[in-house]
Amino acid sequence: MKSSSSSRGDRRLSILSGHLAPRTIDKEGSGIFCSPTSAADSVFANVVRAPEDPILGVTIAYNKDPSPVKLNLGVGAYRTEEGKPLVLNVVRQAEKLLVNDRSRVKEYLPIVGLADFNKLSAKLILGADSLAILGNLVTTVQCLSGTGSLRVGAEFLARHYYQRTIYIPNPTWGNHGKIFTLAGLTVKTYRYYDPVTRGLNIQGLLEDLGSAPSGAIVLLHACAHNPTGVDPTLEQWEQIRRLIRSKSLLPFFDSAYQGFASGSLDEDARSVRMFVADGGECFIAQSYAKNMGLYGERVGALSIVCRTADVASRVESQLKLVIRPMYSNPPIHGASIVSTILKDRNLYQEWTLELKAMADRIITMRKQLFDALRARETPGDWSHIIKQIGMFTFTGLNTKQVTFMTREYHIYMTSDGRISMAGLSSRTVPHLADAIHAAVTTIA
Amino acid sequence: MALRTPITKRFISSSHASRSISSWWKHVDPAPKDPILGVTEAFLADPHPDKVNVGVGAYRDDNGKPVVLDCVREAERRIAGNLNMEYLPMGGSNKMVEETLKLAYGDDSDLIKDKRIAAIQALSGTGACRIFADFQKRFSPDSQIYIPVPTWSNHHNIWRDANVPQRTFHYYHPESKGLDFAALMDDVKNAPNGSFFLLHACAHNPTGVDPTVEQWKEISYQFKVKGHFAFFDMAYQGFASGDPERDAKSIRIFLEDGHLIGCSQSYAKNMGLYGQRVGCLSLVCEDEKQAVAVKSQLQQLARPMYSNPPVHGALIVSTILGDPDLKQLWLKEVKGMADRIIGMRTSLRENIEKLGSTLSWEHITNQIGMFCYSGMTPEQVDRLTKEFHIYMTRNGRISMAGVTSGNVEYLAKAIHEVTKAA
Repeated sequence: MKSSSSSRGDRRLSILSGHLAPRTIDKEGSGIFCSPTSAADSVFANVVRAPEDPILGVTIAYNKDPSPVKLNLGVGAYRTEEGKPLVLNVVRQAEKLLVNDRSRVKEYLPIVGLADFNKLSAKLILGADSLAILGNLVTTVQCLSGTGSLRVGAEFLARHYYQRTIYIPNPTWGNHGKIFTLAGLTVKTYRYYDPVTRGLNIQGLLEDLGSAPSGAIVLLHACAHNPTGVDPTLEQWEQIRRLIRSKSLLPFFDSAYQGFASGSLDEDARSVRMFVADGGECFIAQSYAKNMGLYGERVGALSIVCRTADVASRVESQLKLVIRPMYSNPPIHGASIVSTILKDRNLYQEWTLELKAMADRIITMRKQLFDALRARETPGDWSHIIKQIGMFTFTGLNTKQVTFMTREYHIYMTSDGRISMAGLSSRTVPHLADAIHAAVTTIA
Repeated sequence: MALRTPITKRFISSSHASRSISSWWKHVDPAPKDPILGVTEAFLADPHPDKVNVGVGAYRDDNGKPVVLDCVREAERRIAGNLNMEYLPMGGSNKMVEETLKLAYGDDSDLIKDKRIAAIQALSGTGACRIFADFQKRFSPDSQIYIPVPTWSNHHNIWRDANVPQRTFHYYHPESKGLDFAALMDDVKNAPNGSFFLLHACAHNPTGVDPTVEQWKEISYQFKVKGHFAFFDMAYQGFASGDPERDAKSIRIFLEDGHLIGCSQSYAKNMGLYGQRVGCLSLVCEDEKQAVAVKSQLQQLARPMYSNPPVHGALIVSTILGDPDLKQLWLKEVKGMADRIIGMRTSLRENIEKLGSTLSWEHITNQIGMFCYSGMTPEQVDRLTKEFHIYMTRNGRISMAGVTSGNVEYLAKAIHEVTKAA
């Protein structure tokens, strides 16, 4: 050791004297300190404040509003008729079982997560009788909800796939683009929503995917497209499938609403199963945030359907290398709840009923809003409200109209005109209908 | 109509499903097993009755059983039947973050009062380090990270995946099985001004070798001279000495000297919340405005990775730390865990010495925290595994948490057997 006691003494004196000297902070913020012991400039002095997330920012604004009639139709979290968040009965039961099981510990899960959970999740999306599962062609890893599943899948693609371009629908969930970009993929869009019909622009979709380079990745919303609520019909899905397979495009499904859209888990999985049935490969991101109400627990799964079991096994080993330096292994609580429910026949049954009830309530809200606008003779065709499916309705309102509705009626929604139907109740539908009516008749 | 792609020469008929197509992933190599987590997998697969797992750093009680702390059970009881499981904000639970900052920076920290710390809830220590590494890449794109030799193997993976170039600095001194302080200081002095350094706040993993208070002060001073950035990975606060305040001493020294540090905190070990993935990433800024800006940017990195962090573990932490009685219970339980480990260190050393080993084993009791860097070679470790069914990482790192009064003699015997002169 090199330090001598005298230099240590000098240093101590200088530290002490430093405390006695006043700190000078440059008012312009360059942070120049004259004391030898004070901080140098921050290495991050150049960091500017990031813009608010457009979706999560809506709730922040809503929370600040003191109005008693305010309505939060922003973020897609389910609400009851009473406007309250909902913890499903089966989830409460599952939690109780877990808490009372003293033999359970909180050790690290494996990198790929809870094995039971993974198997059950694959079965849920692919079907209990899936040949792909039977043939061990599927690797499933637990991830942090839909976001985490998409990110891990995208990172794998950026490392191991020869095509670095992903096509995402226009419009799509605001976070999709960022996820893929940060993972190292190039993002392009394909036409999806037709503002004139407020339905699917199937021609545009087929043209754009048709001109994509062979092998490009294609993001598909399995059901209940976010934000538009516009889904292809089964016939249209078949057209899309043929095109994708004929060009060797790689489908990447985002399944965030299985069971939530139609009320039937199998029905909402049909698009995915159609693709898997033709023997081709695909990626699937699943989320339990909405259909099990486990939002904050961050539960999801990434499944990759491969051609052979050997490939699936190697792919899984490489997924671990993506996950380990990101967060090592996934959180245990939410996955344990899901696993408990999915493997118990009674709990599973009960879950399907609770799920159907949530989906039915939303469908009812659609009907009520549509009727309310018709009763007010609000100009325009509002049938898309009952044609669109899932949690969201793309109203077709423009940014100015949205701003008006927020200002005058305290309606909080994203500026693209998307409303979360889950945030409505029979009590609040009239207020929303009034707001839409006023916006449409006041502002072009 | 048949289509042929140049890459795989696949033939696609529009009327058939793509049955004859080969996989896109044929070229994917099987990945090597994680050196640490692979050890437990091997241990679990071993049927031998005397097998011992001193591999992964998860605490065990004296019966070799994993532990759920009483304060955690009580907290879980209280939060069961929770009103909702809604999304946390992107930055996580504010309450949990506030309590966590107090642990690292001090209850009365001016930095906290002045709101100068940008902090987000993170996915345990790994997640905190990764978000920091991504942030470093984005906002100091020309910087590199200096990493001690040796370090937790995943540190290298984290900064590599964040695309931050890595350099190393001397840390462990194999001859003394202690700190190579002179070489460390040389590396600090020779690094270009304003370099980024990764420091283990306490209980260095894997060596268990920590600088003394005096040495930390010198390191801090030299960092000032060079204008270096210090990022502390604190995964074992409370676990090292049994006293969280004492274990945060290195950080407090740097703060006293005015450094604007970064810090990763984990509750995996000290609250036994391993699988819940609860931690915190914090960055000290010049003022509140900068802290707000930095936090918003940290959130921008979290959003496309996992949107917002898991709520359950955070609730457990804030329930415990927010209740004075539960917090006291936690402190008592942490001290209990640390004391058991310190006791096992003494016991292991004594047992090996009792067997007449001519080697020095004082490093077992000099080192601190969960791990002991035994100094054994990979070949000796392999013998331990093959002949004695003792599982540890091949760098000779022993997780003391896996040592019990029931297996310490067996372990000592085995270690003596493979290390004694032939």
